[in-house]
Amino acid sequence: MDSMTPIDIASWAVLMLGAFFCLIGGIGLHRLPDFFSRLHGAGITDTLGAGLVLFGLMLQAGWTLITVKLLFILAILWLTSPTSTHAIAKAARMAGLEPMLDKSDESQETSA
Amino acid sequence: MFAATMAAVLVTMILALGRAVLGPTTYDRILGVNMAGTKTVLLIAVLGFLTGRPDFLDLALIYVFLNFVGTLAVLKFIEHGDLARSAEDAD
Repeated sequence: MDSMTPIDIASWAVLMLGAFFCLIGGIGLHRLPDFFSRLHGAGITDTLGAGLVLFGLMLQAGWTLITVKLLFILAILWLTSPTSTHAIAKAARMAGLEPMLDKSDESQETSA
Repeated sequence: MFAATMAAVLVTMILALGRAVLGPTTYDRILGVNMAGTKTVLLIAVLGFLTGRPDFLDLALIYVFLNFVGTLAVLKFIEHGDLARSAEDAD
């Protein structure tokens, strides 16, 4: 590993950051309390996680056709994943799933 | 470093599939499967670099579209109970 160029180091850092955000999103998908907040966990992995991992791969590939393909994947991913997330959220709302709201006001009213 | 990234993406996929199995509502399951599909794209891209064959990126590109169309198809099926029905027919 002593032959690492600055590009390699930058790529390593960006890849690790992307992997970190993927893990955060995955943990959030399990720990967050209700469906609509879990959408945030999925959103982190789709935007920051995927974006940083693909950007780190772009640094490895340099100015080649591979970078163009990675850019296409990134562009299409950033178009389709918010669309499908929005469709899931809207379908859940139409099906009558209520978001879990802050209960603090309600509990104050009941205790008063 | 590709192996470490792949391990993180794999763990994320397992977490997403866990949510798809556990998920209390149907929409949690769809969200988990959708996220696992997005992670598949990343996994294929990183695997191509790990094995020194970045041609795998074409497969990743196809998986983005498959994931999107699949999610919308499942959502439409759940909402209308029929893939061939249009929005006007539902009203």
